[in-house]
Order: sequence, then C-alpha cells, then structure tokens
Amino acid sequence: MIEMPAEVSAQAPAAREAPQERAQRRTAPIVPAGNVAGRALILVIAIMTFLSCLTLGAVSLVRDTASVWQNQIAREATIQIKPSDGLDMEAALADAAAIAGNFPGVKAVRIVDREATARLLEPWLGSGLNIDELPVPRLVVVTIDQSSPPDFPALRAALAGKIQGLSLDDHRTWVDRLVTMARTTVMLGIAVLVLMLSATVLTVVFATRGAMAGNGHIIEVLHFVGAEAKFIATEFRRHFLLIGMKGAAAGGAAAIVVFVTFSFWSARNLATPQADQATALFGNFAIGATGYAGVALIVLVIGALTAATSHFTVVAYLNDLEFRQPDG
Amino acid sequence: MIRFENVGLRYGMGPEILRDISFQIPPSSFQFLSGPSGAGKTTLLRLLFMSLKPTRGLINIFGKDRSRISPRDLPMMRRRIGVVFQDFRLLDHMTTYENVALPLRVRGREESSYRADVSELLKWVGLGERMHVLPPILSGGEKQRAAIARALIEQPEILLADEPTGNVDPPLARRLLRLFIELNRLGTAVVIATHDLGLMEQVDARRMILSNGRLDIYD
Repeated sequence: MIEMPAEVSAQAPAAREAPQERAQRRTAPIVPAGNVAGRALILVIAIMTFLSCLTLGAVSLVRDTASVWQNQIAREATIQIKPSDGLDMEAALADAAAIAGNFPGVKAVRIVDREATARLLEPWLGSGLNIDELPVPRLVVVTIDQSSPPDFPALRAALAGKIQGLSLDDHRTWVDRLVTMARTTVMLGIAVLVLMLSATVLTVVFATRGAMAGNGHIIEVLHFVGAEAKFIATEFRRHFLLIGMKGAAAGGAAAIVVFVTFSFWSARNLATPQADQATALFGNFAIGATGYAGVALIVLVIGALTAATSHFTVVAYLNDLEFRQPDG
Repeated sequence: MIRFENVGLRYGMGPEILRDISFQIPPSSFQFLSGPSGAGKTTLLRLLFMSLKPTRGLINIFGKDRSRISPRDLPMMRRRIGVVFQDFRLLDHMTTYENVALPLRVRGREESSYRADVSELLKWVGLGERMHVLPPILSGGEKQRAAIARALIEQPEILLADEPTGNVDPPLARRLLRLFIELNRLGTAVVIATHDLGLMEQVDARRMILSNGRLDIYD
C-alpha cells in the first residue's frame, strides 16, 4: 500500500474510527434502489400487469362458460310426441321412455308430466291450464352418457317404428351453433389477450429503457473502473428484475383481489334475480386454478421481461461506449 | 510501457484531429500533456485509456497491439490504468469510501479485504474525515481528491489525469500536484493533461504539447 505522507497524518484519529463505522452501515447498491423513474416504472408495470391479468381472467371465464353451455346442452336429447286421433299419449310416452331407456348410451329418461308441461306453457297460456283440452305435444327428456353417446339415427328409427307422431331432437343444431359461438368468443378473447400482452410487453420495454436512460453515467463509471460487461449487466438485471417483480406482483395481486371480490359477490347474491342472470351467462365468476396460474405466469414473464430489457440496454450501451467513434 | 507510432485520428470523414502522433511513456515517468483548448488532449487521453481506436498508426500498450486487444480483454487491461476525469464522475448515491472502493468491488473482492486499504488511501489524500459523505456534499477539491483516490486504489501502472487542477484554487492545485509527484516517486507513471502553465512550471518534467493535431515533446 502507498505510504501516507506526513501532511495528512493530522486527520488520522477521525479516520481511524471510520472502518468501525463502515461495518455498521450497509454498502450502497451499485444501482441506486429508488428514484422517480424507478417508481414510475413500478407503477406502469403494475397497471399493465393488472390489465393483462383482467383480460386473461375474462378470457378464462368466457372459455369455461362456453364449455359449460356446450356440455349442458349436449348432455340431453328430447323426444317429442305430437297428439293425434286415437293415440294414447300416456302409453306412447311410457313406450318411448322404455325404448329409449334400454338403448345403449342412454343414462336416464324422464317423462315431462302434465304439471311440468303446463308450467312450461304458463308464460304464454296463463295458469290453471287443463292440458287435456289442448293438442299439446309431450316430452321425454333423455339423459345421454357423454362418454359414449347413443347412435341417434338408430334410436330415432327404433322410436319412429313403434310410435306415431314422434320426433327425436338431439339438439345437434343448437350444440353446433353454441360450439361455433363459443369458439368465436374464445378466439376473440385470445386475440384481445394477445393484443393486451403485446401492449404490455412494449410498454414495459420502453418504460424500462426510459428508466435505464438515467443510469447511463453509472454504466460509464463502472466501465471505466474496469468492470466487466457481465458484471455490469448482472447488477442492472438484478435491480430491474426486482422492480419488474414488484410492479407485476402488485398488478397481479390487484387483479386477484378483483376476481375474488366478484366471486364472493356472485356467491353471496346467488338467489337474487340479477345474480341468476349473471350466473346463467357467466357461471359463478370464478376464474379457477388455470386462471390463477395464468396470473402467476404473467407476473413472472413481466418480471423476466423487465430484467431482460435492462440487460440488453446495458449491453447495447457498453457496445456503444466500446465502439463509438470520437465525439470531441 | 505505452508506445504510439504515427497515430492519426479523425471523426468520420472529417479532417484528422490528431496527426502522426509518436511518443513513448516509460514506466515511472512523469509528463504533462498540454495545448490550447480543443487541441485534442482529452482525445489523446482516451486513446491512452483504450476508449477510442485510432484511425491509423500503431498503439502498443503493455506490450500488446491495441488493434488486437479484444473487447473481452479490455477490462483487465484498463485495470492497469487509473483515470481521473475532468468532471470527476463520482456516483452520487455512494459515499466517498464506496466510490473509492468501487474498482475493487467490481472485481468481486470482499469488503473486509480492502476496507483498511481504502481508509488508508483516503487519509493519504486528505479525505479521512469525509469518508462517509456523499459526493454532492463534497467541495470541488474534495471531489477531485476522491476521484484521484479511486484511480489509485488498484495501484495502477500509469495514472491519466484530465485537468486535475481545473476546478481548484492554486494552493489546492499545488497540494494535488505534490500528491501526483509522491505517487510517481512510488513507481506509477503519471500523465497530467492541463493547460495550466503555472502548474507545469512547478515541476521539471517532460512536456507533451499538442497543437494543430501534432505533438511536440520537450524533455
């Protein structure tokens, strides 16, 4: 070590105590922990993560709901028997139920009785309806084994051969329409999610680069004191990973709070007309484990993205320092 | 230690800023680099520090051809050179101690291994009592000494100082000069870029004068 000249030795007593003081103070990080740009970046990341997670939750909800609609309708088929002269409706219903009930792929059959049929017509014909006075078709609900559905043409032929004025509706038209609608809705949702994630990626990249712009002097000093590019990039990457994770975790947590609140509201208002409407459309407002996993994934991806952006910005800055030509 | 042979440097397609520069810096030597403002002193220092490449000529630094040093090897080469910038370039969020210790920290050394050395060096440059002060609170002279201490902490083979007395009063300038002379006495080659004639008259040292892109040397 360099010998100390006499002229500065007078300062020695105070300086001798310094190492002990240092031991009690934590060494400042190479990249300063918090500044305005850093806080703004956390806020931007939090907002974009929140919006991305909401979009993901909405897409997840629509996808689950569409799947439920599809399954519920595909689970049942309906036998309809139209009244005609000389037809013993009750016997025909019993025959149809017996034939269908013994058919492979049918789990259960249920005859819609007079009272239930009257209730179905109540909105149009009013209460106190005597069903025998009107030529009202009667229904048999057939519950299908979804894992091995029955051969509908064969079932239709078996029923039609025994009972007149019978038709079997396997809801195929409805199911096909719903499947198409559900797929379209999910595709639209995914397109919106992709747009939202792209916007998030670009916003995070530009906001990180903006925050990095204020740190150029630190990169330069580290470069000139002989720090290797890897060391400098690691310091910045670690710092910005922390910023990214903080912002993304805040945004993700806020989105989860929104999901949980809606789910709670939906559960609490289960019996009310508004909730029934909402539930009929969207299920119970729960995004499920996949949705929460998606939120966690978005948080991780955004954190990693922030770190990667800072890494590439540092590398570009160092290349510029190393290879730029004289500027005066 | 460092040898320039017919070195030229131009900006893009513009005229040459430095022309046919040839000189050597022997180990443990002391020299002033002088010339009018805009003559290219800082540019020449940047060539010496390997932060610029010449457009022509040969630069040999520590026995290696500059044009053959890969970017990967540059940090190791730079660690043998101490630089004091005209604008100090201290990091404001770090204390004087942390700024001076920075070159050691970036090499991954444990603080306990260099704490005593940094404290001793800070006392040597007269900043023993300002060790835990942030740069914005330091005076111009104190910042200058902190910057010098940071350049010296790794005991470089050569020290490059760009206008080290440009922001200080004459008594402090003399004191800083004594610091450089002391450092040179201990074996470090010193190059001081300055246009302060008064400073140069205080030391009988080699003078390298840049003028119109050419270098004249007065031993």
